[in-house]
Amino acid sequence: MSGESTYQPNNGFTKWMDTRLPLLRLAHDSFVDYPTPKNLNYWWTFGGILTFCLVTQIITGIILAMHYTPHVDHAFNSVEHIMRNVNHGWLIRYIHANGASMFFLAVYIHIFRGMYYGSYKAPREVLWILGVIIYLLMMAAAFMGYVLPWGQMSLWGATVITNLFGAIPLVGDSIATWLWGGFSVDNPTLNRFFSLHYLIPFLIFGVVILHIWALHVPGNNNPVGISVKSEQDTVPFHPYYTVKDGFALVIFMILFSYFVFFAPNVLGHADNYIPANPLVTPAHIVPEWYLLPFYAILRAIPDKLGGVIAMVGAIFILFVLPWLDTSKIRSARYRPLFKQFFLIFVVNCLVLGYLGAMPAEGVYITLARICTIYYFAHFLIILPLLGLVEKPREIPESISASILPETAASPAE
Amino acid sequence: MNRLSALVFSALLAAGLFTTGAEAAGDAKHPEAIDWSFNGLFGTYDRDSLRRGYKVYTEVCASCHSMNQLRFRNLSQPGGPEFTALEVKAIAAGFTVEDGPDDYGDMFDRPGLPKDGFVNPFPNVQAARAANGGAYPPDLSLITKARSGGPDYIYALLTGYEDPPAGMKMRDGLYYNPYMAGGKIAMAAPLLEDLVEYTDGSAASVEQMSYDVVTFLNWAAEPELEERKQTGFMVLIYLTVFAGLLFFSMRRIWADKH
Amino acid sequence: MSDTNTTGNGTTETKTASHEGEPNRRAFLHLTTGAFAAIGAANVAWPLIDQMNPDASMRALASIEVDLDAVEVGQSLTITWRGKPVFIRRRTQDEIRDAENVSLDALPDPEADKSRAENPEWLVMVGVCTHLGCVPLGQAGEFNGWFCPCHGSHYDTSGRIRKGPAPKNLEIPPYQFVSDSRIKIG
Repeated sequence: MSGESTYQPNNGFTKWMDTRLPLLRLAHDSFVDYPTPKNLNYWWTFGGILTFCLVTQIITGIILAMHYTPHVDHAFNSVEHIMRNVNHGWLIRYIHANGASMFFLAVYIHIFRGMYYGSYKAPREVLWILGVIIYLLMMAAAFMGYVLPWGQMSLWGATVITNLFGAIPLVGDSIATWLWGGFSVDNPTLNRFFSLHYLIPFLIFGVVILHIWALHVPGNNNPVGISVKSEQDTVPFHPYYTVKDGFALVIFMILFSYFVFFAPNVLGHADNYIPANPLVTPAHIVPEWYLLPFYAILRAIPDKLGGVIAMVGAIFILFVLPWLDTSKIRSARYRPLFKQFFLIFVVNCLVLGYLGAMPAEGVYITLARICTIYYFAHFLIILPLLGLVEKPREIPESISASILPETAASPAE
Repeated sequence: MNRLSALVFSALLAAGLFTTGAEAAGDAKHPEAIDWSFNGLFGTYDRDSLRRGYKVYTEVCASCHSMNQLRFRNLSQPGGPEFTALEVKAIAAGFTVEDGPDDYGDMFDRPGLPKDGFVNPFPNVQAARAANGGAYPPDLSLITKARSGGPDYIYALLTGYEDPPAGMKMRDGLYYNPYMAGGKIAMAAPLLEDLVEYTDGSAASVEQMSYDVVTFLNWAAEPELEERKQTGFMVLIYLTVFAGLLFFSMRRIWADKH
Repeated sequence: MSDTNTTGNGTTETKTASHEGEPNRRAFLHLTTGAFAAIGAANVAWPLIDQMNPDASMRALASIEVDLDAVEVGQSLTITWRGKPVFIRRRTQDEIRDAENVSLDALPDPEADKSRAENPEWLVMVGVCTHLGCVPLGQAGEFNGWFCPCHGSHYDTSGRIRKGPAPKNLEIPPYQFVSDSRIKIG
């Protein structure tokens, strides 16, 4: 970002390299001397944690693909072969399966952090949009990955989601057939989902590089939401944030390990240990927990096309969030009203998630409708109005100025 | 460290909320939690119980239920019933396995080998259905993972048969079990007092046989359990110490900032 | 860690303070942390590497038992062991005599027939040419042993290389007779 590169090659090879392909200079300027606001809190460590999640998923995924067979007759058994015969196969598969959940847990915290501190506002709109693209790709990868073990939930989850395309007027059925490569979810579907599931993480990796690039042009946002004004506001990324991110990552890994080693199946569904059977539908078809809020929105609308539009809209509305929020102030710290509404929004999302897991009947449907309306109202009504009516708190002069009185008051951290 | 604890707490809360939410509630009676030897951070399988459970499986369950994911050699691997290699050879040889084709193109029968899979009671699903009044006895390899409630549910099912409540019509070939969703199950109560003769002197009560066979089934579904929990414990210790070291390193590095 | 100098209000001091203070303890702490990270990385690496080694189902097939009842003198049996053909030949007296009467000096890879076939009647070999891995044909070639059609290697009745590009004799797998008519290979 701002300022000259501080990289100094110190031996013959790095000097030679620097005039040909300055990779080390790029790495140095991006991850060593990169000036970072010195007031970032632990919510900012999730960028690093997410990178770890992506790399973990790619490595374990490549390994699983060495032992997995993408064929309806062999997929289920090949997964069990991994669990029972392959050396440490159970470990690698449980890391991959729970890693998906951990990835989404981290990405949701990352997204909500961005919303709370206004990280999507100018000049970071493109950064935010790239993030939403990554999130979309993650959902596609997770959905296709869940199909691969070819258990009951794999088959029926795929059936339900691909049937959503049938809601598109005129061409819907043709699109569904095209996706399936047949007349229902079958071997061709499994085969192509495997191929795409392998591809998407590398697309994500590419967009992540753009995401980091777009981050390093304006630099990090920070908890007070004021732009960096002087060198006093920043610290070099290394070692200050490498160690802080590292510490947070290890804490995150403790949670991750708990699931992998002591509760590897609680985040999954028991029915997926029953081989796929196209003649029997499970009693409750439930997506993985991270997709439940959108599933609730889908079912809240009593019309097939309407439900699909609402569900897709719920995600795509995130793309225009930077322009829906009319407030110039970034951080919720100085927006007393927004702070309240943000909290309600988070609770609303959690309730939607809960409703997505409940059967679509009675009071659950009514509640899901209220929550769905609120979800959209938050973006389309509350955020635009808040910027006009809210009276923000006084904003400190600089990042350094914002820290001093606070640390004096609470010396804890 | 308030922010951090808030973070970990909210992460756990989110995970916990979604997990409990994902378990669909049915109309069936909720199985009681059993204090299995394989529960908890340090859970292991009771070898004697596994061996008795294997006996119950072969003498009772195996007449209808397959276990396609298991090989005889699994019976001697660490973390399981741990029969000796010789015992496994003898167990396998007690079964007849179809092999072939031979040099004349014919299939032939031979005694089982440790590498062979558990022998299927029926040649295919259709035959299994036909022999069981239209109901397919599910494969038991993964049964404790494939049912919500896991081993507790299977135990409750095996020990929970009762007379149907007044007014409930039971079609021929269906039996009442309050733990089954809908209350009707096509399997008659499979275990009766002393149905299996234990060679180690244990009393073959229905509860004991159920406990043993469910232990065996849980091992069949999760043969990696002991290794997993032991590895997990070491990993948690490592990560905790590492987190402590990083924390102090971080304090040192940040000491002159803020 | 109560001794850490709390909040650095004096920014001039913060620039230089870092490495002067108590260098040994600080370096030791960072070194320990780094070493700990390295130990962790090594432990993570092993499962990722080991998963490519033969799995349990492969290892279960690493040794097999073969019935030899039906093999008459002058007949051969080809079985699959670890994915490769194994030739089991019940040799005739002529073949045994031919194999034993060769002077070791005449062999590119000198090996006595005795050490290749403990029981001279039974010759057990991995049927893979030591040149480039083709499967040789039985009772063929100039020495009436095995002949590899790929590049013309001739083996004698003991499976020893006699002529052609192959550098070594056909490999003898580990095996033992578990009874008179049953052997265990591997």
